[in-house]
Amino acid sequence: MSAVTVNDLNVWFGVGADRSYAVQNVTFDVDDGESFGLVGESGSGKSTILRAIAGLVPTWSGEMTVAGETLGPKRSKSFYSKVQMVFQDPYASLHPRQTVDRVLSEAMGLHGVENIDTRIGQLLDDVGLGPGFRFRYPHQLSGGQRQRVAIARALACDPSILLLDEPTSALDVSVQAEILNLLVDLRREHKLTYIMVSHDLGVVGHLCERIGVMKDGRFEEVLSVEAMRRSEAQSPYTKHLLESSINSIR
Amino acid sequence: MSTSQGLRDWLLSEEPTSRRQARFASWYKGWLTLRSNRLTMFGLYVLAFLILCAIFAPVLASHDPFAQDLGQRLLAPGENGHLFGTDSLGRDIYSRLLYGARISIYIVLLVVMVAPLVGLIVGTVSGYAGGWIDVLLMRITDIFLAFPRLILALAFVAALGAGIENAVLAISLTAWPPYARIARAETLTIRNSDYIHAIKLQGAGAFRIVTKHIWPLCISSLVIRVTLDMAGIILTAAGLGFLGLGAQPPSPEWGAMISEGRKYILDYWWVATIPGIAIFAISLAFNLLGDGLRDVLDPKEDNS
Repeated sequence: MSAVTVNDLNVWFGVGADRSYAVQNVTFDVDDGESFGLVGESGSGKSTILRAIAGLVPTWSGEMTVAGETLGPKRSKSFYSKVQMVFQDPYASLHPRQTVDRVLSEAMGLHGVENIDTRIGQLLDDVGLGPGFRFRYPHQLSGGQRQRVAIARALACDPSILLLDEPTSALDVSVQAEILNLLVDLRREHKLTYIMVSHDLGVVGHLCERIGVMKDGRFEEVLSVEAMRRSEAQSPYTKHLLESSINSIR
Repeated sequence: MSTSQGLRDWLLSEEPTSRRQARFASWYKGWLTLRSNRLTMFGLYVLAFLILCAIFAPVLASHDPFAQDLGQRLLAPGENGHLFGTDSLGRDIYSRLLYGARISIYIVLLVVMVAPLVGLIVGTVSGYAGGWIDVLLMRITDIFLAFPRLILALAFVAALGAGIENAVLAISLTAWPPYARIARAETLTIRNSDYIHAIKLQGAGAFRIVTKHIWPLCISSLVIRVTLDMAGIILTAAGLGFLGLGAQPPSPEWGAMISEGRKYILDYWWVATIPGIAIFAISLAFNLLGDGLRDVLDPKEDNS
């Protein structure tokens, strides 16, 4: 069964003559438990797709089905307990005046979770933070710790699908690896479905089974990570992207 | 000694074990930040002193603040047991000052409860909702801003009736637009941030987002603005009193005392100067305190 189906999605910004399309005719589906990557340059519309699925961009057309629920202009309460998002910049995604405890307990309260006290302890443990971090403010945490808190918040309601918007690009390299490994572990433990946006093919290759390559708001092609590793891309743009990524590693 | 040390350790623990401990700890740390700022503590002491004066006015006063004695009029400070002298009707200025502190603190509290709150609600709702709600609320704000403040206050007082409460209410009603503008500007920068998106994705409604996530971030800039406005508010109240629409004559309101002393300012300086110093002291105290409070309310600027 598909966890996420996106059919002919268009997303635009601006009105009238100023209307410009960020995403055009995008179609893909993600199986239950699969991890799907979206790669492309800056401004190619990858994050916009995630935001449209999450309901943060109201101007879209097409058809989206998430966990069996066809999405309309407004997201239902049950949608939010199935789908959660982790944002790119952990310095901007946590409220500066709220402690970790407050962030997590509010998220759980909104989803009607019981035993909040014990659940917060478990959750912090899950993302590799000790109980000592529970009453810290974001400014008392490092970037990697903040991103762990953001992941814990996304997991607070036990969702089945996580939308990851470049979750590691604002972190330095050693911390990136930690967060990626955490995401791999969490996916295995909680049987999560990931849709992950990144401009880093290495990151996507580590975490995903299939990737969609985007250029100027359109899909260039969808290929499996194995095909990517064997450099079996069809479209010239993807070939170019793969080559430049390999060159940058050398 | 050991119990107070234990309490301190409990409060400053790096890893609080309960929500209650964490809350007390953050209050205690806030208090330590406040205490480390000498000017703020000076402001707090002055304010505490004025509040104590207001509470214990009947005990501290040497004379009846309303008793007139034309034989004793315009005595210099220190003469005949009048610590700060007497005014044109022979009333003891020291006693009137003590009772006046009650009125001034009352004014301040009333204004602080009304104007910033109205401004905060209007500004955040307008900024967060956007669209026609924003347009409507901001045009109403423009209308209030476009009126000369004192004249609008006069109109309110004329409609509501003279008296100190109505004067303060009128001032509050004319004072909220700048707060609304500040709150709206803050809200516009906050509303599209990722942490607001994140709580939206948890299913939070607009009411929760505005009151629990946006308000705490607007309050520190409003506190600063309120403390800066405080002196002006006391003086506007005095101005209304002078026009016969605020505090009524026998009442020892500081501003009204200054306007009474205005006539004698060249020959009998103390009649206007002493209440002036009192207004100066309370305004300064509020400004210093407000500055320190901002540091406490803003945990981003944590030096520890």
